[in-house]
Amino acid sequence: MSVLYFPGCTLKNKAENFDQSFVSSMAGLGVDMKELDRWNCCGTVFSMASDDLMSQLAPIRNLLRAEQQGADALLAPCSMCYNTLARAKHFVAQEPDRLEKLHSFMYKEQGDYKGAVDVVHPLAYLRDSIGFDLVAKKVSRPLEGLKLGAYYGCLLTRPSIVSIDDPQKPEVMDKLINALGAESVYFEQRTECCGSYQTLTNLAVVANRTNMIIRSARTSGAQALVTSCPLCAYNLDQMQREARKHHSDLSPMPVFYFTELMALALGQDWKSEWTELHEVDPAGLLKEHGLD
Amino acid sequence: MMATETKMVSMVVMGESFRVPEGSTIMSALEYSGFQLTTGVGCREGYCGACGTLYREHGDYKLKGGLACQTVVSDGMHIAQIPFVPADKPSYDLEELTPDEDSFKKIYPEIFRCVACNTCTKICPQDIQVMDYIQCIMRGDIATAADLSFDCLRCGLCALRCPAELVQYNAATLARRLYGRYLAKPAVRLDRMVEDIKAGKYDEEIESLKTMEHEELKDRYYKREVRTK
Ligand code: SF4
Ligand code: SF4
Repeated sequence: MSVLYFPGCTLKNKAENFDQSFVSSMAGLGVDMKELDRWNCCGTVFSMASDDLMSQLAPIRNLLRAEQQGADALLAPCSMCYNTLARAKHFVAQEPDRLEKLHSFMYKEQGDYKGAVDVVHPLAYLRDSIGFDLVAKKVSRPLEGLKLGAYYGCLLTRPSIVSIDDPQKPEVMDKLINALGAESVYFEQRTECCGSYQTLTNLAVVANRTNMIIRSARTSGAQALVTSCPLCAYNLDQMQREARKHHSDLSPMPVFYFTELMALALGQDWKSEWTELHEVDPAGLLKEHGLD
Repeated sequence: MMATETKMVSMVVMGESFRVPEGSTIMSALEYSGFQLTTGVGCREGYCGACGTLYREHGDYKLKGGLACQTVVSDGMHIAQIPFVPADKPSYDLEELTPDEDSFKKIYPEIFRCVACNTCTKICPQDIQVMDYIQCIMRGDIATAADLSFDCLRCGLCALRCPAELVQYNAATLARRLYGRYLAKPAVRLDRMVEDIKAGKYDEEIESLKTMEHEELKDRYYKREVRTK
């Protein structure tokens, strides 16, 4: 299977730690991750209007380019990008008329989109194509003693048509955490919404969600959260400061991208620039477990 | 000997028909028809971007864009020149900016509305990947944006067609300025040259060129040393 990856805009700036750790951890598994050439924004938020074809141009062009570049699957580490791309694929597959209209608009692009390329989240790729057993075998620095809460949020498992796991009881990230030698901790709020783009206009809504989710994780014994979404990471990590304005007893909890933990466990370097992109410094926790 | 007759084609300028020689550019056809161009005209060589023109070819519904000095008239072509694009052009101080997407969030926040429709790329007379450079700016890849937009003439056609109403070419200009100020490798030889000029190293030579005979000047020009690296 020929695989390319779609980083999306945020991985190229505010979440460079996600991008770099994804590439290095895949290298640690022996997979040379090639970036899709000439990609554009995924479309950011999947448009719910059934006649809004304009919003489907961005994701469909990315899939078209992935096909033209010979990929069978396009891996999208960012949950938002994954969700938008995967839903666009389904959206145009539902009614041939939609794709026809898009093609007539994209007449200057070379070739038509055939719908052949799969949109795959790396967590599903690790589970289905690489296998967590193999991941566990490749671990050279087990994350022993770390208790981690897998935070799924909304976009990996909703709507069910693009869900990478059981929408009610997802376990794919927990399995990865365990394969890396850490202990995954179940907590109630792991599939709750982080507040999403409310973070732009309604800080109090997000602050309350951040507080609720982190408390839930801590009560269940988690020392840190794990996510696959830069927006969730922003709301859960950067927004802890805002949350503390409303809930002064909320103590800090680090938030990792799953790929950062993979890179660590697979013996890849943790770069100091990654730490700078974290609001709550994870260094103390890592040091405590001999992972610095 | 009989002179070969020039084949004529018809051209419609804002509703009025004219017969013009086949193979003319829109610009020369306009002048052939008696229009005196005082605006929407510049270098006549495809470098300045002043002559952005909208046209439609006979039998086609699509509105297309091109440079009047570079686009050849086809029979039955309808044309309208765009004398000026009154696009937004905020002023900024490069020294206060950083070579990343944050600068654009301040100066041109509207570019983040790009819906990736690629309409701008379709109309660009320079065949620039306009959408791609906007997308590069959005993700903070200023160096690639500067590179992709290098041939932009600032004709304004892309901005006229953009459904998200952004001004691509002004954003691209900022990208190239940021690249030049912060990202490009310093041109060491240029700095040295400027120093030498300031110190008067070439004064004598310039003076002698100023008074040189035309023929000798020509000769010197053709025999000049050209550095390729
Ligand atoms: S990028 Fe826009 S302004 Fe620049 S040459 Fe192309 S159409 Fe004209
Ligand atoms: S025309 Fe405007 S919205 Fe469409 S791709 Fe170009 S910049 Fe983006």
